[in-house]
Amino acid sequence: MTKNPSAGRRSGFRELPRELKRNRIYLILLLPAVVYVLIFSYAPMVGVVMAFEKYNFSLGIFNSPWVGLKNFRFLTVSNKLWPLTRNTLLYNLAFIVVGMVLEVGFAIIINEMRCRWFKKVFQSFIFLPYFISWVIASAVVQTMLDYDTGLISRIVKSLGLDMVNVYVDKRPWPFLLVFFRMWKGVGYGSIIYLSAITGIDSEMYEAAEIDGANSWQKVFSITLPSLIPTMVIMFLLACGQIFRGDFGMFYQLIGNNGVLLEIGDILDLYVYRAMAGNGNLGYGAAAGLFQSLLCFVTILAANFVVKKIQPDYTLF
Amino acid sequence: MSGRRYKQSVSEWSFYGLGYVLLFIFGMLCVIPFYLILVSSFAEESSLIRNGFQLIPQQFSLRAYEMVFTNPGRIGRAYLNTIFVTAVGTAVSLLLNTLTGYVLSCRDFKWRNGFSFFFFFTTLFSGGLIPWYSLYTKVLHLRNTYLALILPMVFSVWNMIIAKNYMKSIPFEISESAKLDGAGELRIYAQLYMPLATPLLATLGLFSALGYWNDWYNSMLFSTKEEMQSLQYFLQDMLGTVQALKQLVAEGQFQAVETATLPSTGMRMAMTCVVTGPIIFLYPLVQRYFVKGLTIGAVKG
Repeated sequence: MTKNPSAGRRSGFRELPRELKRNRIYLILLLPAVVYVLIFSYAPMVGVVMAFEKYNFSLGIFNSPWVGLKNFRFLTVSNKLWPLTRNTLLYNLAFIVVGMVLEVGFAIIINEMRCRWFKKVFQSFIFLPYFISWVIASAVVQTMLDYDTGLISRIVKSLGLDMVNVYVDKRPWPFLLVFFRMWKGVGYGSIIYLSAITGIDSEMYEAAEIDGANSWQKVFSITLPSLIPTMVIMFLLACGQIFRGDFGMFYQLIGNNGVLLEIGDILDLYVYRAMAGNGNLGYGAAAGLFQSLLCFVTILAANFVVKKIQPDYTLF
Repeated sequence: MSGRRYKQSVSEWSFYGLGYVLLFIFGMLCVIPFYLILVSSFAEESSLIRNGFQLIPQQFSLRAYEMVFTNPGRIGRAYLNTIFVTAVGTAVSLLLNTLTGYVLSCRDFKWRNGFSFFFFFTTLFSGGLIPWYSLYTKVLHLRNTYLALILPMVFSVWNMIIAKNYMKSIPFEISESAKLDGAGELRIYAQLYMPLATPLLATLGLFSALGYWNDWYNSMLFSTKEEMQSLQYFLQDMLGTVQALKQLVAEGQFQAVETATLPSTGMRMAMTCVVTGPIIFLYPLVQRYFVKGLTIGAVKG
């Protein structure tokens, strides 16, 4: 108890060789992942200089002409940055909010189910879409919504109602995008909350039962409050990606359809088009850097706010 | 008293009724499209054209599958590519993620917090797609290699954190007493921790395998040669071509295309089944481990 806790740190530098030797197996085991992250995550961070260049593949990042903030100015002047950023943010907000409600809701429902076979079968059903790629999900959209042959189109038409052709009409897409994102992701998300629910002390429920609480009351005064830490962590994690769209979904469902892009274009699609097309890579890199910086600021801010309110729930 | 009991039973009834109804509706929404694709792949093409997608198709036919399998050239190659990449990628990524998670979960490793942050920081900030892509293609020249399909998903900070948290829940005394008996760190990892971590391995393994099996993105970025395409990218390519040609024909710009040369709807559905099939069979094998394996605890520490 008399040991000064900071003593180890102060003399740390002198003891470095000994510490290295003592921890050498750990360091060796860690080496592959460290090298991987240095190459594939940290090295591209150097590449953000491309955002300030008129980048040219043949000249490389260190020899391309420097243009300062011109790329960013182009993005704002050409009126691209704001709509793209707004779309990305709003879609993600909708995904986070609707997603959390549905995931927590279904986790609670599944947990409370008494009929075992029903629970098992339907839990598997809602998890099923998680198993397919967006490529196949786009085939699913076709089987359901294709104007001529889709199941829903035919049902709607047979009821004598007007069906929109979803490939030429942009209006339904904000809802469709939220729907398909939920369709594909809620099964997975609900498992995370389900595993948090199984960690809740069952004595609390027993005590509540003795006090005559009904199932609604148990959910609202025991289950939901106990899930708050997990919800906050999932929310913070989502905040770190809030300006990064779900490229796979948007690319497969909207892709290059000009009409739909009017309502569903996001930063990630723009960056990809800048890279795949003949466009200026510098613009794409600038948009990408802008995106990364916004995410970075958002997660720091969100974490800071959570720390002020409840330090236990922070991410870092 | 009876009034109170009546109220109680109404609230219980509404609670369970609502739960069953909601889960039933959402579950059906999730499963019907799969069913539809499956039965359409066995439907007669003419009935698909006439009636569209139907819950109960009128004529049964294996013609679509015959067409897929009689000329397996490209799809066969894509299948082999994906099987190889999935097998190697999943094995390596399980090893890398659990090994790293293990080291960072060891309480006697002095710099574990520093290294944790070193990894975690990459989830907070990234260089963006274009520098990353340039690294793969211009610096490392990995276009059209299997490495380009394996490396992007081989290490994931999230999976590593899940592994770390899982192994933290294994009592430290186990490794401590093993150390007293003279076991080294690698041996503790392989012979003590891994056997105790079956739920973790099943969960992470499934997610890795899913990621590799469903990957079209890396193939789209890095496979410019047809023989290096992954299965999903092949499917996307085919579905996309059909869609594009249909649009051109509809707009009257492109009349020369005979509709017979386009893959039929039934054939596309059959291909979708062939492409998705194998990975869905993994699910029942690992399902029981999920809830245990997916405990997302705190990221920090």
